[in-house]
Amino acid sequence: MRTLVYLGIGIFFGITMFKSEAASWFRIYEMFQFQSFHMYGIIGSALVIGIVMIQLIKRFGIKSFYGEKIQILPKDKGIRNYLIGGIIFGLGWALSGACPGPMFTLIGAGYLPILIVIVFAVLGTFLYGILKDKLPH
Amino acid sequence: MNYILEPWPWYVAGPLIALIMFLLLMVGKRFGMSSNLRTLCTICGAGSKSNFFKFDWKSQRWNLIVVLGAIIGGFLGSTYLSTTTEVAISPKTIEDLQELGFASAGTAYLPTELFDISALSNMKSVLLLAIGGLLVGFGARYAGGCTSGHAISGLSNLQLPSLIAVIGFFIGGLFMIHVIFPLIF
Repeated sequence: MRTLVYLGIGIFFGITMFKSEAASWFRIYEMFQFQSFHMYGIIGSALVIGIVMIQLIKRFGIKSFYGEKIQILPKDKGIRNYLIGGIIFGLGWALSGACPGPMFTLIGAGYLPILIVIVFAVLGTFLYGILKDKLPH
Repeated sequence: MNYILEPWPWYVAGPLIALIMFLLLMVGKRFGMSSNLRTLCTICGAGSKSNFFKFDWKSQRWNLIVVLGAIIGGFLGSTYLSTTTEVAISPKTIEDLQELGFASAGTAYLPTELFDISALSNMKSVLLLAIGGLLVGFGARYAGGCTSGHAISGLSNLQLPSLIAVIGFFIGGLFMIHVIFPLIF
């Protein structure tokens, strides 16, 4: 049953990514050229609603559908890993035009060369795992 | 019905993404896509190479199912829910991209120069996709999250690390488009 719920949320997410064009390389390029409000509108409105939602969840101690307390663990403190990692991610995001959610959506939409991006994204993650202890954090 | 078949405007898509985050919180999970890349490493046996990949991947099975759904959603969205997959980017963007050699700008969902099946026989396209993927995978894990984990979930929770990561995303993205693109295209 829970598997079906996750699958349903995933399908909803995939359709939203495709239909909003957030999965389009062109929209990412346009965003970094500041030539359209589209991507900023998507991320910004999701964020405004998200901030209110999480404040309400915390304020009223809202429980999940299964009766568990919703806990949001804060990320570890730090600057360097977030900044350097973020810059590396941004370079790849602009080049491939795909972040780790939409890249899967694009398989379903039939753009098979995206599989190269995915295979190398997995490899990049593997590389990070190998080098982790040698990198500044 | 036409509203569904047309591209969705930002003021529909943004709230829907917030709804997806809400649904995941309400089933006791968190919105974050790049952690799946780590799970895939573990499934491929990366645990023998680094402790970073030593965890019970079955605890992340739910997120892989979300990914499976995202693939199906991409199929449904492009096949049944779209009359056109042209992306109406701004005229200025189309002009700029055509100057860079992207003739498909404004007439396709993705640039055919990189994502058409014929691009697979072009060494440069394959190389750029591979480098892009490598940077996304490496950077997302180094930063501890991607667009969904930091820009949406993390910032919604007003976390400073996520703000730093998102600033990084933009430094990297702006550098790629404004400095590196003119050199490689």
